[in-house]
Amino acid sequence: MTTFIQPLLQVVDPQLPPPSGVVYFVATVIKMLVVFTIYMVGVALLTLAERKISAWIHDRIGPNRVGPGGLLQPAADGLKNIMKEETYPGAANLPLFVLAPAIAFVPALLTWCVIPFASPLPTPWGLIDMVVAPLPVGYLFILAISSLGVYGIVLAGWSSNNKYALLGGLRSSAQMISYEIAMGMATIPVLLLAGNVALNDIVLQQAHGLWNVLGLTVAFLIFLVAAFAETNRLPFDLPEAESELIAGYHSEYSAMKFSMFFIAEYANMVTASALMVTLFFGGWDIPGQWDVAPWSAWKTLATGGFFLFKVMFFLFFYMWIRWTLPRFRYDQLMALGWKFMLPLSLSYIVIMASAILGLDAAGVARGSWMFGLSLLALNVVLVGILLFLIDRGRLISPAYSRLDKRNVDKLRAVAARSSLMAEGRN
Amino acid sequence: MAIGVKVLDRPIEQTSYVRATLKGMALTAKHLLNPQKVTTQYPEQKKPLSPRWRGTHRMLTTEEGKAKCVACGLCPTICPANCIKLVPGEDEKGNRYPLIFEIDEFRCIFCGYCQEVCPEEAIHLGRHYENSEYSRQGFVYDLERLTAQTHPVCEMWDPADPKGE
Repeated sequence: MTTFIQPLLQVVDPQLPPPSGVVYFVATVIKMLVVFTIYMVGVALLTLAERKISAWIHDRIGPNRVGPGGLLQPAADGLKNIMKEETYPGAANLPLFVLAPAIAFVPALLTWCVIPFASPLPTPWGLIDMVVAPLPVGYLFILAISSLGVYGIVLAGWSSNNKYALLGGLRSSAQMISYEIAMGMATIPVLLLAGNVALNDIVLQQAHGLWNVLGLTVAFLIFLVAAFAETNRLPFDLPEAESELIAGYHSEYSAMKFSMFFIAEYANMVTASALMVTLFFGGWDIPGQWDVAPWSAWKTLATGGFFLFKVMFFLFFYMWIRWTLPRFRYDQLMALGWKFMLPLSLSYIVIMASAILGLDAAGVARGSWMFGLSLLALNVVLVGILLFLIDRGRLISPAYSRLDKRNVDKLRAVAARSSLMAEGRN
Repeated sequence: MAIGVKVLDRPIEQTSYVRATLKGMALTAKHLLNPQKVTTQYPEQKKPLSPRWRGTHRMLTTEEGKAKCVACGLCPTICPANCIKLVPGEDEKGNRYPLIFEIDEFRCIFCGYCQEVCPEEAIHLGRHYENSEYSRQGFVYDLERLTAQTHPVCEMWDPADPKGE
């Protein structure tokens, strides 16, 4: 009896992890509910935000009829999609056709559970981590789950039994696999600096030192581009490609199942933004005295709000890019992924690994200002070189591939003999 | 014959993704922060119509509320679309009036000849554009409907005042 009562009567230090499994379980359930609710409402509001931002960029006004300033538009859209008729193509593979929207959506939601969104919260029952599941394998879990997202799209394309849908699905699989490699490679320097794959440790390392975006800008740029490709957002929305493939993989979908693909796209965006913030922008870290123990509820609130702010900035950035840049051609997409991003990320790993090894060998302590400063200096040099190389069209080809001088002269000679071309010249 | 190949040889500054992307993003950001207000919120705000706007018809009435039309038959004669149906009648005092006066607004091409030709300034085109009905039959306006319209009427082009000043 005493052994049963004793843990309950014990005064728990709020700054230490909870001793009891019950507390852990209850806290996890509460966190799941809160995060899921905020996440889904946020995703719904994102559809409105996208329409509003696109409207403002186009000098339009955007949805403003439902509710104050159009705020209830997502509810109206949802209601409409639930009321609409679900159509099933006669030749579709029905089980997979129904399953695909869910498969597209679930991985995005699952990924979110390992992302730390605020500093730990001290409670009378112990210190609660502000992450749904503080997995020690954190980042590896994200890589594993996010690669599952492609299944939803490929299955949707295949099970529709429609040539456009299938082409969209095939493109998406090729695109996501190509960019996943660059994405994974780009984050290896981050893991090298943190010395761990747990996302909480990556955040704490940035909280005590430099935000990774300052030390590893090249990795951030690669990750940013790859994240756009991973979420099938413009300029990499080839699986959809209205101009060529009707609506790509979701051509045959209607009503709520079509809506699920939309929800999945925005859910993926939120997750990718949160990942960018966690890996490169210090996660929930606010520079200053906010990120060190002792923890308090105010610190949790402030860091959570700041995390949300950073995530929203990236969501805005996604939309800003979408309404600015046109879509890539398929071969350009593949060339960028395999011929530019992959070699770049590989060589960046080599450079950063040698730099970290060199600093360690020189006896510079991790997290000291010397360490941060030398990383910063190296980073400035590398970004300078990278921008110089890209800007002059030496590494990635623009809309056409550059010919060498000999070939240009040959073509000019052909063109000069051709009467067709002579007319074109004038 | 050789195939004409168009060789693009742009200057190297134009072949970069980075500058073009940044330029484009600056442009969209400019519009995002400082949009040009061009939208008219239609049902609440309406743009002013030209005084010479030619919309659906209206029959003007005398002070007693009867149609000014004397059933002279000029408007169905001049109408190029043949959309006016007129059956003239005569009362005991010998005044002519229309027994039936119908305009099929679907056939009408809104040329305004009927208004121009009318000796009594009875039939007019309206400065009006919100027409909708639940049936095609609803677009055949009879005399009762034409006299009941209240919207402003079109001002015809005047040779003495070509710019409508």
